[in-house]
Amino acid sequence: MPIKRLFIANRGEIAVRVIRAAQELGIETIQAYSEGDADMLAVRMAGTSVCIGPAASKDSYLNVDRVMTAITDSGADAVHPGYGFLSESPDFVRAVEAAGITFIGPTASTIERMGDKVEARKAAEAAGVPVVPGSRGRVDTVDEAAEIARTVGYPVMIKAAAGGGGRGIRVADSETELRKLAPQAQTEAAAAFGDGGLYLERAVRAPRHIEVQILGDGTDAVHCYERECSLQRRRQKVWEEAGASCLDNATREQLCASAVALAKSVNYRGAGTLEYLFDEASNEFFFIEMNTRIQVEHPISEMITGVDLVQEMIRVCGGQALSMTQDQITRNGHAIEVRINAEDPFTQFMPWPGKLSEMKVPKGDGIRFDHFLYDGYQIPPFYDSLLGKLIVHGATRAEAITKLKSALQQIELTGLKTTIPLHLALVDDPAVQNGVFHTQWLEPWLEAGNLKQLETTGGAS
Amino acid sequence: MADIQSPLPGMFYHKPSPDEAAFKAKGDDVAVGDTIGLVEVMKTFIEVKSEIAGTFEAYVAEDSAPVTAGETLAMVSD
Repeated sequence: MPIKRLFIANRGEIAVRVIRAAQELGIETIQAYSEGDADMLAVRMAGTSVCIGPAASKDSYLNVDRVMTAITDSGADAVHPGYGFLSESPDFVRAVEAAGITFIGPTASTIERMGDKVEARKAAEAAGVPVVPGSRGRVDTVDEAAEIARTVGYPVMIKAAAGGGGRGIRVADSETELRKLAPQAQTEAAAAFGDGGLYLERAVRAPRHIEVQILGDGTDAVHCYERECSLQRRRQKVWEEAGASCLDNATREQLCASAVALAKSVNYRGAGTLEYLFDEASNEFFFIEMNTRIQVEHPISEMITGVDLVQEMIRVCGGQALSMTQDQITRNGHAIEVRINAEDPFTQFMPWPGKLSEMKVPKGDGIRFDHFLYDGYQIPPFYDSLLGKLIVHGATRAEAITKLKSALQQIELTGLKTTIPLHLALVDDPAVQNGVFHTQWLEPWLEAGNLKQLETTGGAS
Repeated sequence: MADIQSPLPGMFYHKPSPDEAAFKAKGDDVAVGDTIGLVEVMKTFIEVKSEIAGTFEAYVAEDSAPVTAGETLAMVSD
């Protein structure tokens, strides 16, 4: 049944992105908003809009009852949840399904299954997707630990089976080291938890974060290649690329095929992302979790493949088959996205919900700016700090970085403090230019004082 | 009598967490640097500290209510 009236249960830039996709598909849009968001761009763009409660997210965007009432009152036949908020809430999706309304995403049971780390790991193993190798259960003797470590592979992490948090974790590089460290871990585990049982897992040092974009229609599934999101601060992605330049083609094909195998095995519907750790030293990838929603960084995959992921997820969830086969999806060039947040990078990234007096958006071939800003807009303080995403596409990674630098120099968001100076410093960094980084790279780089006020005036100059 | 104003726009909280008592009650001593509340701005909690010493009079802004930058949150008497 084709979708005619789409309810957007989200805000900010992703609401704008969804409205644009719906309008291009000829679908009417109904935008939800909180009392703190009455002025937002998505409200101005949507066919109609409806207030769903006070500014606090728990009373509006996160409130299943209020959102459901607004959906049913609006006469919508489908709901797009965006990312965050209720996008991965099985309770919400069950309520939408029970009301006979189409959810733009997988079923509640798929969300529940893939949202549970243990269940997701089981599903991955069943589909032949590599997971971080470890002992299947508790290990009680040092000899047993040494035997398991031989199959798991070094370096190996030794943890207390009964423990939690980071307590008692040791990393052994060899059997000699393991035989020295395992008894210490046993003693410590027994003292801390009253149980000397151990658990072994391969230690992935300085991993890269690589993820695969997939699309499914409930029967078939395809991938739109991978993204690398290793530049992170406090576990938040800062800068993302498509593809991952650290992968050779054979590894890339294996990685992407494994993601499709898992998506097919759970009859996945909609857009989804499988996250992996990549160990550059051993050229191995390990599945860690699946996100059952559209992601913030989806545009870079769109830029290299030409696939409109948001339109495609609306189509397949409306009951159509995938509009493309795997061999029709090709990689072209390299794309980079940087997140422009309302934060002052010179004062520990303090949130800065200012008022935008004037905006100059960079334009040009291969430059895209997804945002929810307009001249005179007061950024509300109640939600996350993402203002927009600057996305560039070039024939090569080096060309994309050059284009990114130029776009960052052109963009002007007068009246705001943003993370643009951070990105201007990153584009000039040799390690970034050479793609030599991992998930533990950015924070020490910041702590070492690599971000200097004088060198970077972009955005505010 | 002096006002304590919000340094940032956001959501103002009287308590460190929902299950705890308010930072200050009427008649409490206030020293310079004492935390009198929290402002949640873009998912980050900022402590609101008093720049004056005196006796706590009252909260002016309600608990869990949106506030603007510069809005009076509480009053302290000298």
